[in-house]
Amino acid sequence: MGAIQNKLEGPVSDELTLVQAAKKGDDSAFEELVRRYDRNVFRIAQHITQNREDAEDVVQEAFLKAYGNLAKFQEQSKFYTWLVRIAVNEALMKLRRRKPERTVSLDEEIKTEDDSLPREIADWSPNPEQQYSQAELREILSKTIQGLPPGFRTVFVLRDVEGLSTEETAAALELSVPAVKSRLLRARLQLRERLGRFFQKRESGDGDQ
Amino acid sequence: MKCSEFLHELTNYLDGVLDETTKVELENHLSWCHNCYVVCDTTKKTIEIYRDSQLYELPEDLRTRLRSAIMTKCQQQKRRGPESV
Repeated sequence: MGAIQNKLEGPVSDELTLVQAAKKGDDSAFEELVRRYDRNVFRIAQHITQNREDAEDVVQEAFLKAYGNLAKFQEQSKFYTWLVRIAVNEALMKLRRRKPERTVSLDEEIKTEDDSLPREIADWSPNPEQQYSQAELREILSKTIQGLPPGFRTVFVLRDVEGLSTEETAAALELSVPAVKSRLLRARLQLRERLGRFFQKRESGDGDQ
Repeated sequence: MKCSEFLHELTNYLDGVLDETTKVELENHLSWCHNCYVVCDTTKKTIEIYRDSQLYELPEDLRTRLRSAIMTKCQQQKRRGPESV
């Protein structure tokens, strides 16, 4: 059993060239940056807001803010990490507006159970995702991740779905590296446990059809 | 290595950033502790399933519409000047 491979990312130097051109007023360079990252921003935004219209708004607002503040971008970090930070903040604002009764913050200390081993340890069937149609699977995954607190699912999405490094995730969320690692572990374990309800090995006679 | 120690190192292990000694200890633990093996294996599957799920893909027509709206607003913003953000 080995380590998880992250998604490959585009060349960073090329990104810097585009950013520098956009800073000098080349809108086609900025449009190329939009083209490059709009899918990622949309995915992150929809994971956080759990609402498609909000996610569309976040994509527009995040790129517009990035465009307006491009001169302030220091080029010490990657443009993408900076953009993700803007998008996460916009998405959290949407969430706060929609659910004012619940505190939505990445800074709050999330109360969870202790670090004891998971209660549910039943094994999964091999290739469990193949038990379901694509649509069913998407529904299961979407509902399952919705059950996590925003601070957990945001870390999980940036780190495991979008493939940002732990350090980049920490920078994008303005969290410490240990905080990212701790939330990531809890998010992964909680998702694993919840998915187990759908993916557990069935008793004999109930599968292999 | 105890089960609680395994859990503490699980994220580093799956991310491939464990030092060699700890990695050997952890894999040794997994070779005899079935529960931890299952937790490790299914956590890895959880990550892979989400990563490969193509959840929330942006449809191409919506993508074009959003990009066009973004660029129009950017140009309006440019005409108004940088202080109006």
